[in-house]
Amino acid sequence: MRPLTFWLVAIAVGAAFFGLSLLAPNQYYFQAGYVVLQYIVLATAWNILGGYTGYVNFGVAAFFALGAYSTVALYKLLPLPLPLLVLIGGVVSGVVGLGMGYLTLRLRGAFFSIATLALAVVMETLITNWDYVGGSRGAYILRPAQVPLLGNYIVYLFLVMLALAVIAIGIARSIERSRLGFGFAAIRDDEQAAEAAGVPTLRLKLVATTLSGALMGMAGAPLPYYVTYLDPASGFNLAYAVNSIAMPLIGGTTSWVGPLIGAIFLGTVQQLATVTISSALNLLIVGLLLVGFVVIAPNGIVGLVASLRAAMRARGVHRQWKRASREPLPRESPR
Amino acid sequence: MEISLDLLLGAVVAGILLGGFYAAVSIGVSISFGMLDIVNIAHPAFIILGSYAAYIINSSFGIDPIVSAVIMLPVFFLLGTGVYEVYYAVFERRGDEALRGLAFFFGLLFIIEVALILVFGVDYRFVEAAYIGPTLRYGPIDLPLRMLVPFAVSILMLAGLQLYLSRTFTGRAIMAVSQDRLALQLMSANPGRIKRIAFGISIATAALAGAFLIIIQPVEPSVGRDYIGRVFAITVLGGLGSFPGMLTASILLGIVESITSTFYGPSWSPAVAFGFLLVTLAVRPSGIMGRR
Repeated sequence: MRPLTFWLVAIAVGAAFFGLSLLAPNQYYFQAGYVVLQYIVLATAWNILGGYTGYVNFGVAAFFALGAYSTVALYKLLPLPLPLLVLIGGVVSGVVGLGMGYLTLRLRGAFFSIATLALAVVMETLITNWDYVGGSRGAYILRPAQVPLLGNYIVYLFLVMLALAVIAIGIARSIERSRLGFGFAAIRDDEQAAEAAGVPTLRLKLVATTLSGALMGMAGAPLPYYVTYLDPASGFNLAYAVNSIAMPLIGGTTSWVGPLIGAIFLGTVQQLATVTISSALNLLIVGLLLVGFVVIAPNGIVGLVASLRAAMRARGVHRQWKRASREPLPRESPR
Repeated sequence: MEISLDLLLGAVVAGILLGGFYAAVSIGVSISFGMLDIVNIAHPAFIILGSYAAYIINSSFGIDPIVSAVIMLPVFFLLGTGVYEVYYAVFERRGDEALRGLAFFFGLLFIIEVALILVFGVDYRFVEAAYIGPTLRYGPIDLPLRMLVPFAVSILMLAGLQLYLSRTFTGRAIMAVSQDRLALQLMSANPGRIKRIAFGISIATAALAGAFLIIIQPVEPSVGRDYIGRVFAITVLGGLGSFPGMLTASILLGIVESITSTFYGPSWSPAVAFGFLLVTLAVRPSGIMGRR
């Protein structure tokens, strides 16, 4: 499918989904749908760096919360429309991603991962000590109850997040089919060989961190309006990091389909589990699924489906061959 | 703010004691990450597990937390060898440790933490021992025994491990395994077995470090996260796999953190470790005593 066609199809699917969701009997579906969509954005963003180039980012919560807190900081300054806040959140997190990558990406991959892990702790410390955005007490955000045309504000938030999810998936797929994507794949497979072959590895890795960080920040920017009360402990919740890593790994990391499947599957399971069981237990489920999939099915659901199809095809070929071998061979006619 | 000399001296001494404890926390990662190239980011979770083990034994039998940690050493050693077996079979043999190996340990970290929350709740737990209350005072310097005892035992453990690694055949093989597997095989040592033992030791140190932690402060399951940044900052700064370097880095970090919290307030101290780590990675990634 050509990129333009894909974008159009993605937008059409998004619009159809939105139309369908308007039939929802109550607002809970928008609440739950928002969270699942948010995880689609986060998982896709993580996968642009983690899945395509093979660099593991543990600091998802830091980039996400940075987007959220830039909204909080601006909210106190002047009222801006939500799409603009999303854009600003993306810029802030993207710049942090760039700086982070510049400091650590010249070293072995593990150093980058460790640094991102520490980044989350430090960002949390900084925000906790910054009284302007509420410090450890947290900040309240008043959101308008109604939006023209859409009615309830939650519908508006849902629509914004849906648009972000479509954009994130579109970007991920365009990368896959482009020069950039082939460069990323070369880095993932063998960085030294890629460098030797003339792939500008550092520059490509910086593009990936910046893009990935920016998308995470954009996903976080509407959060204060969604929760209406934000404190550092909930903004920097480790659950964001675990989910954003677990979803692509469970779905499959090599294409844009994996994080999408993983996020829809795991996001829905969690929404159900949180309502019916307890929220601590559902995080345990995520952890167990992550370890289980990484150990047993390293290529995720997408990989499982692919190998299943390959096995079926192989059996089909085998059957044909057997049928053919039972029949007598056509005798060559003498000339 | 006026910096009084007494206050500064007190902060430095407190920092040195804290540094001794940090060394015990980091030694496991120094072995696994520094010598075996296994990025065990779940190590702090194993330390919290050690704290809870000490808590259970202490509260039900009244045994001293450090003694109970020594009792738990073999259990943690076996746990470590078990984890390495899985890690080797699933990731190392496939050459897949970069992305999925990291995710594996991250998931492990999370499972341990949530499992502890489900079993014990998020209440702070603490242990009881004779040396937790009293403090030795020499003029302006305070030496709280609950810091001094872990410091002393930690230095003992460090010295013991250093001797083990430099004097025994297995110890030397552990130091060699990350450098040249093939050469090690030619010396008739099995690299898989050596790595298993080494990883077992690294998890066993978590039993002691966990006991120190719960002696120093009350513990709840998510406390471990604060140590991830510290542990890796120390290991990297100390030059991967060098014990003297790691001890120096621990004490340095302890002093800087203690001064920061004395003069600027304790809520800033987690940021110090990260600043340390970033500066190290940017300026001198081989650490203060690194060979490269």
